[in-house]
Amino acid sequence: MKITREEVEHVAGLAKLNLSEDELVRMTGQLDTILSYVAKLDELDTADIAPTTHAFSNTNAFRDDEVQDSLPRDEALANGPVVNEEAFIVPKII
Amino acid sequence: MNPYELTIGQARTELDAGKLSSRELTESCLARIKEVDGDIQSFILVTEDEALQQADAADKQIAEGSVEPLCGIPLSMKDLLCTKGVTTTCGSKILENFVPPYDATVIEKLKKQGAVILGKVAMDEFAMGSTSETCAFNIPENPWKKGYVAGGSSGGSATSVAGMECLGSLGSDTGGSIRQPASLCGVVGIKPTYGRVSRYGLVAFASSLDQIGPLTRDVTDSAMMMNAISGYDRRDSTSVEQDVPDFTSSLTEGMQGLKVGVPREYFGDGLDSEVASVVEKGIQILKDAGAEIVDVSLPHTEYCVAVYYLIASAEASSNLARYDGVVYGYRNQDADSLLDMYKETRSQGFGSEVKRRILIGTYALSSGYYDAYYKKASQARTLILNDFKKAYESCDLLLSPVTPTPAWKKGEHADDPLALYLSDILTISANLAGIPGMSVPGGFSSDGLPIGIQMQGAHFREDVLFQAAYNLELGTKIANKCPTVG
Repeated sequence: MKITREEVEHVAGLAKLNLSEDELVRMTGQLDTILSYVAKLDELDTADIAPTTHAFSNTNAFRDDEVQDSLPRDEALANGPVVNEEAFIVPKII
Repeated sequence: MNPYELTIGQARTELDAGKLSSRELTESCLARIKEVDGDIQSFILVTEDEALQQADAADKQIAEGSVEPLCGIPLSMKDLLCTKGVTTTCGSKILENFVPPYDATVIEKLKKQGAVILGKVAMDEFAMGSTSETCAFNIPENPWKKGYVAGGSSGGSATSVAGMECLGSLGSDTGGSIRQPASLCGVVGIKPTYGRVSRYGLVAFASSLDQIGPLTRDVTDSAMMMNAISGYDRRDSTSVEQDVPDFTSSLTEGMQGLKVGVPREYFGDGLDSEVASVVEKGIQILKDAGAEIVDVSLPHTEYCVAVYYLIASAEASSNLARYDGVVYGYRNQDADSLLDMYKETRSQGFGSEVKRRILIGTYALSSGYYDAYYKKASQARTLILNDFKKAYESCDLLLSPVTPTPAWKKGEHADDPLALYLSDILTISANLAGIPGMSVPGGFSSDGLPIGIQMQGAHFREDVLFQAAYNLELGTKIANKCPTVG
């Protein structure tokens, strides 16, 4: 086994997902199959190979530090599921 | 001939000559959508009123004089391109009611040209899938054969173009999502070089792999749309400052002086014999047009699926962390605590395939597994990139199949995600290497299903792909061949 049910539960917690019993069983099986397949990469000796994160080496894209227009507050709030005039509302935290 | 049957190039001529108005053309497409979309299910949303307003505005511009090439041309947009004031769902329940406050750069560019946007088309949820069957709404169907998949993730883009509901479409390609549905539906699709087209306003799946590109009924239309959407954009820090040539100037007959590489690893076990024979014919067409054919090797091809599903899922798990029910999208209103609200919102808002990839990605990035999975995949990505660099030392482009088989029946791989992932083996490498890739119709299977031919080029050499694609099109003589539906 590449991954156990307990590990899938742990990862789901990290990803903020609740899995039903059914999903947990199915996902554990499928993730195990997929992780067994990707273990194919162990065949490759990559000890001296630099990783690629982008196909091009990007340098930071800076702009001048000038004040520019930003999204007006009412437009930014327009898609919020629960809002008041100035903020997004979430369940009480403390 | 109905106006909706015209290619973009043909429509441009008619519009400029005053033989056709954009309103007539747009109305013709809207009527076609009403006629066939019940069968092929391309559209999540048709924006009829806005489209007719844009058509009238285009007609006014045309009457006043010279216009941009896409002025008055009706197009569809994959539903992950942000459209100001128009719902953008990304094929997901979690974004079912999301109305973007701004346009994606590509949408802005098309609007500036005076193009007409007919609506938003179906796709796999968050572009994760190879059949469009993970869409939370309608699932597009292959217009060439009932009950067969359209391909994905830009399935609705491909079916709307093949089904003649629009003249062209924009899709996005993270591991083949433009080229594969283009191949399965018999249209032209190009994934440009990473950085050629701005990703600003594209809902992110895997940011180092995603790229926007057009799906069209012929190669000329593809070049016209690429001219319109390409170019550096300061709002996308990964877009590249690189001159954009006029891609239509590459549409010339003859392939003299060009070397076409045939990567032997793309012709391995599991390749359908009819697909192989269509590609063989394509090689012959380019040879007859004067190209030199050379054998090349991309030795790490067999690792690309493993590399891709680790990197794409890792990036997705990070990108999709933003869907938490706070600032936009669906929220579960019953949860008492913030943590439960996050969890319930995400668990109810995302479909199975998205959850599966978030789990793989989170696992690959998690403490203790990062080196073994994510880092290892990023190192193997370097080897894949180096394979291409070496190949382009001996050739100008690569010719191969797009998919191992023609379209398959809906529901076929429903319980076996790995089998479906493996069907992407021929398109994934281009995204990992950031190179441009293109699919053009090559022929048909004995069942009447389209089979595409793939070309891959060196970074920023879309011009070479367009030249080869144009010559293939001249040789196969099946440009703008569309199925009978409705």
